[in-house]
Amino acid sequence: MRIAKFYGAGYPYSAPIEITGKLIVLEGTDGVGRTTQIDLLRQWLEVEGFAVSDTGLRRSNLTKTGLSEAKQGHTLSPLTMSLFYATDFADRLERQIIPALKAGFIVLSDRYFYSVIARDIVRGADPSWARRVYGFALIPDIVLYLKADVTSVVSRIVHGRGFDYWESGMDMHFANNLYDSFLAYQKLLSEQFDIMSDEFDFINLNANRPVTAVFEDLQSHISNLFVTT
Amino acid sequence: MGNMLREETYQGKLIVVEGIDGSGKSTQIDLLYKWLQAKGKSAFFTEWNSSSMVKSTTKIGKKQKVFTPTTFSLLQATDYADRWENFMRPILKAGGIVLADRYAFTAFARDVARGVDPDWVRNLYSFSIQPDIVFYFRVPLEIAVQRITASRSKLKYYEAGMDLGLSVNKVTSFRLFQQRIMDEYEKMIDEFQMTVIDGTLPVEVQQQQVRKIVSAKIRGWKGLPHLRTRSTRLRRMPLTTSTDNLGK
Repeated sequence: MRIAKFYGAGYPYSAPIEITGKLIVLEGTDGVGRTTQIDLLRQWLEVEGFAVSDTGLRRSNLTKTGLSEAKQGHTLSPLTMSLFYATDFADRLERQIIPALKAGFIVLSDRYFYSVIARDIVRGADPSWARRVYGFALIPDIVLYLKADVTSVVSRIVHGRGFDYWESGMDMHFANNLYDSFLAYQKLLSEQFDIMSDEFDFINLNANRPVTAVFEDLQSHISNLFVTT
Repeated sequence: MGNMLREETYQGKLIVVEGIDGSGKSTQIDLLYKWLQAKGKSAFFTEWNSSSMVKSTTKIGKKQKVFTPTTFSLLQATDYADRWENFMRPILKAGGIVLADRYAFTAFARDVARGVDPDWVRNLYSFSIQPDIVFYFRVPLEIAVQRITASRSKLKYYEAGMDLGLSVNKVTSFRLFQQRIMDEYEKMIDEFQMTVIDGTLPVEVQQQQVRKIVSAKIRGWKGLPHLRTRSTRLRRMPLTTSTDNLGK
């Protein structure tokens, strides 16, 4: 049992929150294999007898429809998008993640607000403004940052779901085609992740390696969370 | 804590009305709008929580009663950001007059009344500017409550602050919630240089005061010309020409 800690003021209108579960975050840019690893982690943890809940960006029932509609149009400004994502994030925290942690679940979060503010900052948001927006964000038990070279990322994307308008940062007009835009955008995102790595205590993992090697690393870091001292 | 709004000035003018529900601010800004238009000024009106982008989300939240003070605050900031980027800022840059029925101060009052951190919510809105004029319509709580309960058949859940659990009775809850909001407004008068208007005066007297203050602000100022003042009167041309001449 521990009292939940937040990056900022948290939720001043609620009493201190006691949690018994663990919040495990997997971070990394697009195409580093987060989804694959989350699936494997869930299987492993469930076999070990833990209840697992997973979450990821834009999955809140409150904002899901509205946010995807907004992304279809062309009037969604970076500022508006950033606050819309923050709404999604807060809704999932208050109504899914925190209740699950109170009930003793292990919550696997496919990305956290770090990804969101990296995108916001690349799109011109003030870095300290963006960080302060997430003053209500719970400090995770561990943040595992999967980092891969852009070549291995590109190969995963091309063989997988293909390039996407937003993932390639096409709204930023870096280039007139998805591929070049993707490279430029992902480079800027990585820079932001590097800045955040120390600030938010990321554990950096080399994701250029085979899935099983990365998974074993994740397992050993996560196991450490359960060592009773 | 403190004023985090930007001091940037645009070619246009930003005039804001604030106050609790039932303070009469909407009536006043509507009269101001009509007067400015009649004077040939390019005035544009925007109101709180009116962006079509977040409408469907707001509807879900209200219907299912799933808003928390934090998500309510963030969604209204999203709405505001959309109106700021796509409406208010471009008009201000172009030199128009933007009249806003509620501005960031509504969030600072209401969201803090709901229990969010005052600095946190001020940071959310720190991309917007300190307006040229902020009118705060001050009325005693009982008068505002009477006006609202008389004109509305039923108070809505969030409007009455039922999410705060202050009372199971809607009118009592509304009264307690509005009192908290009023306390926050009173604290902001100096912070944001608000002009206080006595909302218990007759409507036309308040409007005279408002117009006087606005006149002083726009005296000698050249904003975006109104289309009508650039007179596009059509030249008269009798249609007597024979169709035979067409195409020649």
